[in-house]
Amino acid sequence: MRFRLNAVVGAVLIGLVLAAALMAQVWTPFDPMKLDLRARMQPPSAVHWLGTDEFGRDVASRLIAGAGTSFEISLLTVAFAMTVGAVLGVIAGFLRGWVDRVLMMLNDALLAFPGMLLALGLMVVVGASKYAIVVALGLAYAPTMVRVVRGTVLSIREREYVEASRMIGNGEGYTMARHVLPNCIAPIAVLATSMFGWVLLSESALSFLGLGVPPPAPTWGNMLAASRPHMDTAVWLSIAPGLCIALTLLGINLLGDGLRDRLDPRMAVA
Amino acid sequence: MIGYLIRRLAMTIPTILLVAAAVFVLVRLIPGDPVSLLLGEDADPAQVIELRASLGLEEPIPVQFGYWLAKVAGGDFGVSIASDRPVLPLILQRFQVSASIVIGAVGLAVLVAVPAGLIAGWKQNRGVDFAIVTVATLLLSIPSFWLGLLMLLVFGIKLGWLPVVGYVTFGDDFWRALGYIVLPVATLTMIEIGVLTRMARASAIEVMRLEYVTHARAKGLAEWQVLARHVLPNAFAPTWTLVGLILGNLLGGIAVIETVFTLPGLGRLLVDSIYARDYPVVQGCLLFTAVIYVLVNLIVDLCYPLFDPRVSAE
Repeated sequence: MRFRLNAVVGAVLIGLVLAAALMAQVWTPFDPMKLDLRARMQPPSAVHWLGTDEFGRDVASRLIAGAGTSFEISLLTVAFAMTVGAVLGVIAGFLRGWVDRVLMMLNDALLAFPGMLLALGLMVVVGASKYAIVVALGLAYAPTMVRVVRGTVLSIREREYVEASRMIGNGEGYTMARHVLPNCIAPIAVLATSMFGWVLLSESALSFLGLGVPPPAPTWGNMLAASRPHMDTAVWLSIAPGLCIALTLLGINLLGDGLRDRLDPRMAVA
Repeated sequence: MIGYLIRRLAMTIPTILLVAAAVFVLVRLIPGDPVSLLLGEDADPAQVIELRASLGLEEPIPVQFGYWLAKVAGGDFGVSIASDRPVLPLILQRFQVSASIVIGAVGLAVLVAVPAGLIAGWKQNRGVDFAIVTVATLLLSIPSFWLGLLMLLVFGIKLGWLPVVGYVTFGDDFWRALGYIVLPVATLTMIEIGVLTRMARASAIEVMRLEYVTHARAKGLAEWQVLARHVLPNAFAPTWTLVGLILGNLLGGIAVIETVFTLPGLGRLLVDSIYARDYPVVQGCLLFTAVIYVLVNLIVDLCYPLFDPRVSAE
């Protein structure tokens, strides 16, 4: 019961952020990019719910716009890592032989790096833009997906229904797509959920380091970085963006726990 | 036992070679020509040809990799473009700062998380368990750089107990150095407690179901003896593996914490070098950190049979 309640809380948190991310595409209380030098550094008020920053931009509007950016990047990244991971993982695990050995050697080379370090290195190559981040983070996290999918496929390929599919004359490609991949969905979904959290955190960290989405476009990470010099005079600038990241991650973690208990009983903790 | 150690050691060599190859390829994928970066865009063509030859850029790529690997293995990581100093001593000096934070934080986190996870697993689905899991999940969800900023705000600015900016080495002034390092270590400790507690709890629950725990209880051991002698050692093994991964991942992402607390560590060196396009240093930092990650995991695995003798018997 308790864990179901957690999943509900998680779903509500993610739903709220998702709603904000969608709303950002059409409406924010103020223009998140508009400077207003007469209204600089205002504490939260009825007009500016969460105050304004050092350029007089409305913090609440920037947070909503930031939710849009963060969600877009995280979703694209997870989709990228999931696609690469599922395709390579299924091929390596199903075909085995030299294909498997070569793919796994390359994969292990990337897995031997801490994720964030690999992302930093890749950022140097791809440059700092929204889609460059997707590629860098996607490549940094895909190897984990490849590993998990391959591991699942290794057990699936021994099942009777795979044997049956071969017997009735289906090609290897068809068998992989029609019978192997669909049976990997549960572990992929569980990992993708946690990965969404890692990616969101990494994206915020890159932005915080000034290597993410370039300003003036708002992200939670670069808002937090910009608040650092004004910490003693304008606390609200440091509190709000961090709280947004933390609540989103909390939502993902709760949702992930719930999903794992439901889809993958072996990994269930309770 | 000896066989296990040798096998595990032998596995490390190809991994390190692969890591080196990955770093080599990555740095060569960076757009732009290293020679025009060193000499400027409008350099004398004769000079360009000479430098290309002396850097070995005219050789085939695998040959270049071989030369580079031999140099790196001998400790020659090249020279920083920005500061004109050799890269390796620069990295080692910065690494001391990062390592002391990371090791301190993970050490403290283990001391808190393992008992907490054990208690939560022991009292599974009771009030204590719920409280511990809730706190751990909350800690897990806080971004380190935000928690760091909040700590700085409260203890540095509002209360004025600890310095906000700066760093001295432990060798120079132990007590002042401690003052600078308390907040970053405390920040990372709190976050890693979240991850490690959940892991320790999960393994404690798994072990608690096994028959030898029932047997230990049945033969009349006190509950604390069952926990300390039978559950703890076996539940600790998976957590121990996680410790290795966490050490490496913390080191890989240490730049954010060093940015918050303005510490001159390895992560900051990497990020500053990325900004400055100082590619020899970028390459050195990537390689060094990745090799440390591999070695930490090696050490963790080599210690593993101490906690779980079944591993070496495999």
